[in-house]
Amino acid sequence: MSEMWTAKLRKKWQKNLPIEKLLPDDQPAYVASWIYVFGVLTLSALAMIIFSGIILAFEGPAWYHTSDAGKFVNSLHFWSVQLFFVFMVIHLWGKFWMAAWRGNRFATWATGAVAFIASIATAFTGYLVQTNFDSQWISFEAKDGFNSVGVGAWFTVTNLGQMLLLHVAFLPLILGAITVVHVLMVRKRGVVPPIDAEPSSVSEGGR
Amino acid sequence: MSTVKESFDAAPWKGKTKRYDIVKEGSVALAFVMVLTIILSLFMGSPDETPLTFKGWAVSNSDNFYATAVQELAGTSGTATYGAPYNKAADGLNLGPLWLQKWAGVTRPIDSVNDFVISPLSTQVMSTDIASALATWNSATAAQKQAWATAYDDAITNAEGKLADVPSGAYGPVPALAQGLTDMAKAGALDAALLSQGGFFQTDNTKQILFFGDGAYLDDAGTAANLQGGTWGMMNETGRYPGQAWLWLYSFWYQIPPFNNEESKPIGANADAYIMAIMGVLSLGLILIPVIPGIKTLPMRIPIHRGIWRDYYRSQAIRKPKK
Repeated sequence: MSEMWTAKLRKKWQKNLPIEKLLPDDQPAYVASWIYVFGVLTLSALAMIIFSGIILAFEGPAWYHTSDAGKFVNSLHFWSVQLFFVFMVIHLWGKFWMAAWRGNRFATWATGAVAFIASIATAFTGYLVQTNFDSQWISFEAKDGFNSVGVGAWFTVTNLGQMLLLHVAFLPLILGAITVVHVLMVRKRGVVPPIDAEPSSVSEGGR
Repeated sequence: MSTVKESFDAAPWKGKTKRYDIVKEGSVALAFVMVLTIILSLFMGSPDETPLTFKGWAVSNSDNFYATAVQELAGTSGTATYGAPYNKAADGLNLGPLWLQKWAGVTRPIDSVNDFVISPLSTQVMSTDIASALATWNSATAAQKQAWATAYDDAITNAEGKLADVPSGAYGPVPALAQGLTDMAKAGALDAALLSQGGFFQTDNTKQILFFGDGAYLDDAGTAANLQGGTWGMMNETGRYPGQAWLWLYSFWYQIPPFNNEESKPIGANADAYIMAIMGVLSLGLILIPVIPGIKTLPMRIPIHRGIWRDYYRSQAIRKPKK
């Protein structure tokens, strides 16, 4: 009898990503630079974006125009997005200069790059649903770019309802899924070794 | 890179390790970001410029609103002459032989005459003059309507937008319709009328946004707020707030020739399409950096990594026997 799909999946998961890799209590000694904190800072800012975004979603897109509490939550959302991009760009540059795709880590790099692009799309739709002058201006200006390559026939930046749904449902789902896959790949593959590290240099091992 | 080195980089690290509390790291990072975000929010707030309204436009620049209404009737406005996805008045932009805008078709049809002028006017309790003008317009042939509106639009253009200088002529009901729409906008009734066409629940502001863009009001406000594309406007925000700085590369192309010259064919005249294509290719390039010759080896040739892993390299230098 062939093995059950569930059993196959469990074995594969346990082989590739055991709990020791998912929640490690040690790491290579070469991980000793401030550049490493920008990955977790990016995730933290994303958590703040989601938290403040959920509150905004409950109250609706026009809430923050008329309420001090709404204005504060909108400000949390605004600044966590700004910080998110600052952290993510530093993280991205850091990983580039580490050539962090080495050692079968192409997919880790690629999912990170796709997450960056998806973040830009998500933030862009956020600017369109501010329901203020800025969103009027951005939607009028941006439509030409999307229309010029035919995308505007379906992705209508002047349609508040469409942009709102994409911003609070579809795009966060995509971004969240890519981010989870990216983090799991980091845990599975581990942190990339220094560029000039040689097999002969690690024979001693241990803490 | 040799296969041995690639296998080594891929294998679990066998060398020196140190204690690492991943849960503590995540918790401290989250607390740090929370505090930083709260401080920024309390002291800086967030941008929220009040949206423009048709009432504001018609009150502050009545002549421009009036002239724009005439353009909508004459079919000479930006929306009326746009092409896909709103109408078939133009072929739109192209990427060489690729007419993607045209090929995508008219998926969001807009009839500037009826959607922007006649239908909103028809929803109002109107004066005898406007009711009579609407009846005259609705009973005229298409050719007659076009002749009236074109003659009046040309006359306003020749008078450089100064309505007082426009000579009398065979304009039919067009002046009355334009005045009726201007009065409607001044009363604050046009904003809702444009949105509510077609039913009770409406979430699509396309008609409002496009009508706004046909006049000078939105454009002037964008210029005043330093938001125009030619001045890096796509990455700016109103007030003194940071905008979408991550769009800097997209904005960059609009600042340099030939993209910043609409007269330059074929690229400048189709800048939007070319820049979207360039950014598509560059985005793909970002994803594929690990396999692009020349770029994938850049980190090995420029030793920034020596700073990132300086402790490791220092320890290796100590371990290596001096020759």
